[in-house]
Amino acid sequence: MSEVRAQKPPPGKWWTPPFDPRFPNQNQTRNCYQNFLDYHRCQKTMKRRGKSAQPCEYYFRVYHSLCPISWVQRWNDQIKEGTFAGKI
Amino acid sequence: TLMIVFLISSLVLYIISLMLTTELTHTSTMDAQEVETVWTILPAVILILIALPSLRILYMMDEITTPTLTLKTMGHQWYWSYEYTDYENLCFDSYMTPPLELDPGELRLLEVDNRVVLPTEMSIRMLISSEDVLHSWTVPSLGVKTDAIPGRLNQATLMTSRPGIYYGQCSEICGA
Repeated sequence: MSEVRAQKPPPGKWWTPPFDPRFPNQNQTRNCYQNFLDYHRCQKTMKRRGKSAQPCEYYFRVYHSLCPISWVQRWNDQIKEGTFAGKI
Repeated sequence: TLMIVFLISSLVLYIISLMLTTELTHTSTMDAQEVETVWTILPAVILILIALPSLRILYMMDEITTPTLTLKTMGHQWYWSYEYTDYENLCFDSYMTPPLELDPGELRLLEVDNRVVLPTEMSIRMLISSEDVLHSWTVPSLGVKTDAIPGRLNQATLMTSRPGIYYGQCSEICGA
């Protein structure tokens, strides 16, 4: 997982995940989860093709901003153990 | 309460019986066309005048704006934890100050040990969830109340126009 510091925008430029029209309503659970999945899928695909994972950093930033830390930790632990329920 | 029910029903029945058993009759023409028209049209107009701004506000509430900051809050029994993760991982717990530990002038049951600090005049995305049971995060003066449901991430938008201290209390029964 990339360091958040590497993704820091230049001073004076704010960044927070923009409005995602796929998830326009109050329930943003899927928004967080989808970006988490997309990040890991992107990483896996880029690694498999031998390319740089730089484009995947967008998904990392979005899920890092949206998902509660405890959820991310739990999912990361599950991925390590091989018990993660999502398809990556 | 039953006494009041009996009282009111007996009063109504008495008035009905009075109306039915009178010997007086109305002898002049019963023409009330003008007043009937007025008191039908006028309330309708008043209701429309109320409804139009109300609908405007209703749709304004669903306005989509791009926020400038995201703040996550997780409800626990019985404190809130806040996470600012747009840049660094800043997270802290916020417990209510027990009444015995308050300084003079502080508000009972409202003060906390670590306050949430937010910039003014910026649209802030609040993501609210819970780590154990149902809670509800609210700041009445900012017009925000959103339930904190474990396993679900609820979004609310905040915007303060003035600097100041705003208080709120958990608005969902969350345990003994």
